[in-house]
Amino acid sequence: MRLRTDSTRQRTAWLVVLVALLAFVAVLSLMTGARPVAPDVVLHALLTPDPADPDHSVVWDGRIPRTALGLVAGVAMGVAGALVQGLTRNPLADPGLLGINAGAAFSVVLAVGVFRIETVMGYIWFAFAGAVVAAVAVLLIGRGRNFDPVRLILAGVALSAVLEGIGQGLALVNPQAFDRLRTWNVGSIAVGSLQPVTAISVFVLAGVVLGLFTGRRLNALAMGDEVAASLGTRARTTRIMAVLATTLLAGSVAATAGVIVFLGLMVPHLARRMCGPDYRWIVVYSAVLGAVILLMADILGRVIVPGELAAGIVVAFVGAPFLIALARRRKVIEL
Amino acid sequence: MLVTAILVVAILIVAVTSLVVRGAGVAPSEAFGVFTGNQDGFPATVVLQWRLPRVLAAIVIGAALGVAGAIFQSLTRNPLGSPDVIGFNTGAYTGVLVVIFAGAGSFAATAAGAIAGGTVAAAAVYLLCLRSGSTGLRMVVVGLGISAALTAANRWLIRSAELETSMAAATWGAGTLNGLRWPQVVPGVLALLVLIAAAGLSARRLDLFDMGDEAAQGLGLPLRATQLWLMMAGVGLTACSTALAGPISFVALAAPHIARALTRGSRMSLAPIAATGALILVVADLAAQRLFAPTQLPVGVVTVTIGGIYLVTLLAQEARR
Repeated sequence: MRLRTDSTRQRTAWLVVLVALLAFVAVLSLMTGARPVAPDVVLHALLTPDPADPDHSVVWDGRIPRTALGLVAGVAMGVAGALVQGLTRNPLADPGLLGINAGAAFSVVLAVGVFRIETVMGYIWFAFAGAVVAAVAVLLIGRGRNFDPVRLILAGVALSAVLEGIGQGLALVNPQAFDRLRTWNVGSIAVGSLQPVTAISVFVLAGVVLGLFTGRRLNALAMGDEVAASLGTRARTTRIMAVLATTLLAGSVAATAGVIVFLGLMVPHLARRMCGPDYRWIVVYSAVLGAVILLMADILGRVIVPGELAAGIVVAFVGAPFLIALARRRKVIEL
Repeated sequence: MLVTAILVVAILIVAVTSLVVRGAGVAPSEAFGVFTGNQDGFPATVVLQWRLPRVLAAIVIGAALGVAGAIFQSLTRNPLGSPDVIGFNTGAYTGVLVVIFAGAGSFAATAAGAIAGGTVAAAAVYLLCLRSGSTGLRMVVVGLGISAALTAANRWLIRSAELETSMAAATWGAGTLNGLRWPQVVPGVLALLVLIAAAGLSARRLDLFDMGDEAAQGLGLPLRATQLWLMMAGVGLTACSTALAGPISFVALAAPHIARALTRGSRMSLAPIAATGALILVVADLAAQRLFAPTQLPVGVVTVTIGGIYLVTLLAQEARR
């Protein structure tokens, strides 16, 4: 299947198709689960909510927060993946490489094990702060004179190792922290209320806007630092913008949904196949595709096994064969 | 040679320290007494039955991991190519989780699960790379893919099990020398020594291999066979280490780099690499036992932490230049 197109009209047309697909998946997500709800009942529940009706409360208490987080986290991970791959010029880069997941995990363990925090909102702010601090540290450690992306990745891997080591040590001597960490590690969007979603959506919005601005600069960067400089784009500023946007986006996801691997790696590849190498389009396509795939993974996890499989696990199971197939093709290794 | 000799002396000093250090109600003087024959009873049990097998295991496993790391870095022609990359560690962890959660907790069952899981994962990576021409990068990427899927499976298993069983499994998963005794250490160490010797014999091939496919073939190296042989030696070393102590990260990755920096040589010489690996692991295990005593950390937590700090400082120094 060759979807790649070069005209703006075709790209817009495909985008409309994708958005329609996203709307369909979102409705499907409201309907599916241990207690299936018919489409007309979903519509009723949305328009005229009736707290006494059990179907309505299933939709409002369980599925709407879950679907909303799927949308927000999917968009965030898609854009974050596109930015990180453009930033490092590495098609295998994942937002987790910047130390974001490790930072969030470490502070979740700290919050539970050391500060005895027990509320969901408490973890969220801790995890988000941990992600931001870790990413800033990676940026500072990895900054050289000319901001070599490879160094950035190395710094991310190294800092992640330290944080994971200490975090795991702390968790293994504290059962509550361990329990929280193992839940967080599977990456689930099954939240109990809309509160966490609204809490992070400002950061996600800021990250997406920043990401859209970075898109055009990344196009220049893709031609090499010298060419970019001669076109008047500063590589350094672009990379800092991309890291900041990625941190806001992936940090929000880590704080609310836990570790979702592979989504950020896989989605930009699909986007690139559909819309070509222009990063302005890749960012937009990645946003929509990320949400579609995360919601589909979550729906799949609800139906394939009794007791549900977390969305993060399903994404990894789907993503791994994708990555392997990618590696076996000769050309895709270099970007 | 000099570097290796210094490393060996350092290993001995650390090893003796771990044998005689105060702990378990045994004072250093009593521990020394065990060696001079003036002391038996409980201190002798602690030193000879508990500490000695553990120290010996740390030295041999460290050396084995260092050698395995050197082999995989050559094989993948990638300085970051370590056994974890080919999915071995994660696969071994999956095997152990399945065994433990199925209710079999004995050492033999755990070891069997580790070896089976690890070998299946490594074989899958090898087979998936075989047909498409195994360049180093491709092997790394396919390994990453397999590892990621297995990691997800592991996390799911950990999430679904009882908390207590999960924590025991996770401690193993971090890599630990806690509770190793002679009955486990003797067969494990013997197997590792045989494998290290076998790897030593193929060191010359590693050298040729590092020169690239064409050069190696031109010099008469049977490429495919060498690759398979090295892969088997590397997997064997990692398998036995993992069966004994769980997946201890970073040693395999770092030992070859540090050894090369110490000897200032680019040539592949296995003795300093093995000695470096052994030194890292005995030091890390001493720290794991003593840092939060009486709580015993898994040694893998220490290796991954010092490893990360080492990398971070390295990068920070370079950045300041």
